[in-house]
Amino acid sequence: MSKPVTLYVPCDAAALSVGADAVAAAIAAEAEARRLPVQIIRNGSRGMLWLEPLVEVVTNQGRVAYGPVAADQVAELFDAGFLDGHPHPLGHGPTEEIFYFKHQQRLTFARCGLIDPLSVEDYRAHGGFAGLERALTLSPAEIVAEVTQSGLRGRGGAGFPTGIKWNTVLNAEGSEKFVCCNADEGDSGTFADRMIIEGDPFLLIEGMTIAALAVGARQGYVYLRSEYPHAVATLREAIRRAYEQDWLGRNIHGSGHDFHLEVRMGAGSYVCGEETAMLESLEGKRGMVRAKPPIPALEGLFGQPTIVNNVLTLTSVPVVLAKGADFYRDFGAGRSHGTQPFQLAGNIQRGGLVELAFGVSLHDLIYRYGGGTASGRPLRAVQVGGPLGAYVPESMLGLSADYESMNEAGAMLGHGGIVVFDDSVRMAHMARFAMDFCAVESCGKCTPCRIGSTRGREVLDKIVDGIDVADNMALLDDLCTVMRDGSLCAMGGLTPLPVQSAIRHFPEDFVQGRRLP
Amino acid sequence: MTAVDWNAERARAIIDSHRALRGALLPMLHALQEEFGYVDQAAVPLLAAGLNLSQAEIHGVISFYHEFRQSRPGRHVVKVCVAEACQARGSDTLVEHLKSRLGLDLGQTGSDGVFTLEAVYCLGNCALGPSAVVDDRLLGRLSPARLDGALA
Repeated sequence: MSKPVTLYVPCDAAALSVGADAVAAAIAAEAEARRLPVQIIRNGSRGMLWLEPLVEVVTNQGRVAYGPVAADQVAELFDAGFLDGHPHPLGHGPTEEIFYFKHQQRLTFARCGLIDPLSVEDYRAHGGFAGLERALTLSPAEIVAEVTQSGLRGRGGAGFPTGIKWNTVLNAEGSEKFVCCNADEGDSGTFADRMIIEGDPFLLIEGMTIAALAVGARQGYVYLRSEYPHAVATLREAIRRAYEQDWLGRNIHGSGHDFHLEVRMGAGSYVCGEETAMLESLEGKRGMVRAKPPIPALEGLFGQPTIVNNVLTLTSVPVVLAKGADFYRDFGAGRSHGTQPFQLAGNIQRGGLVELAFGVSLHDLIYRYGGGTASGRPLRAVQVGGPLGAYVPESMLGLSADYESMNEAGAMLGHGGIVVFDDSVRMAHMARFAMDFCAVESCGKCTPCRIGSTRGREVLDKIVDGIDVADNMALLDDLCTVMRDGSLCAMGGLTPLPVQSAIRHFPEDFVQGRRLP
Repeated sequence: MTAVDWNAERARAIIDSHRALRGALLPMLHALQEEFGYVDQAAVPLLAAGLNLSQAEIHGVISFYHEFRQSRPGRHVVKVCVAEACQARGSDTLVEHLKSRLGLDLGQTGSDGVFTLEAVYCLGNCALGPSAVVDDRLLGRLSPARLDGALA
């Protein structure tokens, strides 16, 4: 028998959604029929989602990519000699030479798609746990100083400096402290949290453990949305293995530090992505937003000092510790340091994940990486930063994707999701959808959000129907001001952003008789 | 769906097995729904007793979260994504197709108990939309024809 050929077929949910399991089964069956020994590893996704299911074959020239592969094309791939990396119409040559992948700056997603997600050995062999090992030699204050120095800011959307938040928790008095990971990735157009949890779950475990060491927490929770069952299963299994190998639990590797970690599932509520609503939900209550102050860093979960960070923030921490604050800080633009995993979604030819330093233009992301619209029709609008983010017209795509530039332009980067629409989009319909979404998902605690969203939907219905358009536009503007200034959290406070940006940039859609839904 | 019929004794055992958790109500509700396909009204007093909370508080939590169902779903549950990224790929057409094919509106279960049709906001498959979940299976790059294949 010759040495088995190693193949990678992703078990990422996106790859599974387009048949990766059937492809893996077909490869195994075909190899058996041809008596060719193969070893199939189920990896995370490389992030080139338009090529999924992306099959990689390990050859003398490295890993060679074929995709998108359908199960009924597997036999012809064998015929073409894909086990030796031979050409085929589905072939793309060495994976890491593909333009989309080659020019990325992968710090957080460095291992995603490269390794077997559930192998501690594979994780360690690719530099995993190096950050935690260093953190174990540092004092809490030194860890916090390193994170502060790196310039890392919260990747959930608000961009608050992570080190400052950690320092507040470190210095807070409490009978116990918690680290909570916000994995309630509800923004349409985003999937980076899901991908990293499915593709490199030990990275999140490592980041949370470092956070725990930094503030003296012994218990952590990952609040993971129920719409992500694959991610839940993967992370739970990774946690089990981490306990088994002494990376979690009591006295981690003889360090004297304890850290326990648990996954808690959300239940389909978007507002639970707001940190205080998430804490209420973790406590077993309705996901009602809390008034701030007190901030969660002082009175968070069960009233105790709590770090609440997004998945992408916590998964950026290990590289900061492993390679040093200055290494990380050198990436980025202005006050936005490091890299951002951008997610290209919606009507886009090459959708997927592109991790680059802050400061790349939206135009480069959408055209150089994304290849423009999938439909081939002209691009009309781009929504950046989820359902609470602004709609941006083609003329503004020169914008630099960093926190400050986006804010100055009246938009926001949010969680880095970029949703592309072609010229068939009806912007009044999208504005109405934003209000409707807020009405459905509002927690109901504050009046501007609870009532304002329903009134906003009604007013937009009238505008679309051509009833007193000028008066209703003025009323809508007034209502948006009240929601923006008077809401307790970003749900009501930012819903006006997609609505008003749609009106500002696409006024022609709000004149009765044109582009009506 | 492999849900079993409502059974108070089994429900009590599920509640008991989660009682040691802090903030145990959501894990309990997930476990009950996993077992029975929904959270039966009869579970409310059991949960209230188990957690030393009022029935009103339990009901408040169940009704807050879109995920928890208060009635038995159809044997097949279809969740279709209606969020922006899928809209950009024509999810509207998919929703209309599903409504007419199944004879259901969003949020409805057929009187024959075969299908439940639900809307969801984002399945995290935004680069491969439009997406839907059929009986816990995530499906991307959907067209009406491909969806029909999954329903057959």
